[in-house]
Amino acid sequence: MPRVVVDVMPKPEILDPQGKAVLGALPRLGFHGVTDVRQGKRFELEFEGEMTDAILDEVREIAQTLLSNPVIENYIVSVETAVGEIS
Amino acid sequence: MKVGVVTFPGSLDDVDAQRAVGFGGHEAVALWHGDHDLKGVDAVVLPGGFSYGDYLRAGAIARFSPVMAEVIDAANKGMPVLGICNGFQILCESHLLPGALIRNQERKFICRDQLLRIENNRTPWTSAYAANAEVTIALKNGEGGFVAHEDTLDRLEGEGRVVARYLGGNPNGSLRDIAGITNERGNVVGLMPHPEHAVEDLTGPGTDGLGFFTSLVEASFA
Repeated sequence: MPRVVVDVMPKPEILDPQGKAVLGALPRLGFHGVTDVRQGKRFELEFEGEMTDAILDEVREIAQTLLSNPVIENYIVSVETAVGEIS
Repeated sequence: MKVGVVTFPGSLDDVDAQRAVGFGGHEAVALWHGDHDLKGVDAVVLPGGFSYGDYLRAGAIARFSPVMAEVIDAANKGMPVLGICNGFQILCESHLLPGALIRNQERKFICRDQLLRIENNRTPWTSAYAANAEVTIALKNGEGGFVAHEDTLDRLEGEGRVVARYLGGNPNGSLRDIAGITNERGNVVGLMPHPEHAVEDLTGPGTDGLGFFTSLVEASFA
């Protein structure tokens, strides 16, 4: 069963207070090597049958209209062909 | 005038907004997110709160509710629409207003009395205010940071579409201290602070918010 993954990230120029909060917590836990953290969202969309270009087009439309806000976020669509394997 | 106030699942300030509409001299009409018509109202208020639990992004799911299809259509035809706080977020998600609202810079939910300057008193929601009036109304938000592309900000400023600006300190990291904006036509206004919580002396910081509800006059449609 094909799974399409949509990763949504705040645009580089947009402030990411959540990422900053995570970054701020790391030194308190003893992790000192991290210079920046950005927090995004991952969506996993399941489909029946074979993966087609039509499905991918639909996912891009879903990503643009609902899953991301193009004013503040970028998205990447990828297809997972098997567990743990990303094409 | 009949002013619709939309209740979404998770709306918080719908009843206060209805009261404020009444204080403004108008009849409040309750609208439900699942409604497919606007019940003949002359204007609409989208109240504050956490519509659909703020899931995904604040306002992102409310934008696609049945009632919003009607509100977007009416707004594009010139109906006055005021979005307060979560309502502002919904208006941006609906593309009725440019830009977006992100989590507060300092990552804290802010609740305080906020000084504002009303910079555009030519909208149907702000005509009761004197030019550059300074008012104090309640502010309470977790995701109130207004952001937009630099060109969009320049355009908003150049066209006088910044309706309200924060004074005495920027509470949430909004670019250029913007607290509220309007669309090109001037009928749609989004505002992060809450004028509906400042309409009577008994509660809140005073009655400075009342102007948002008394401004509406039949002439809005002329």
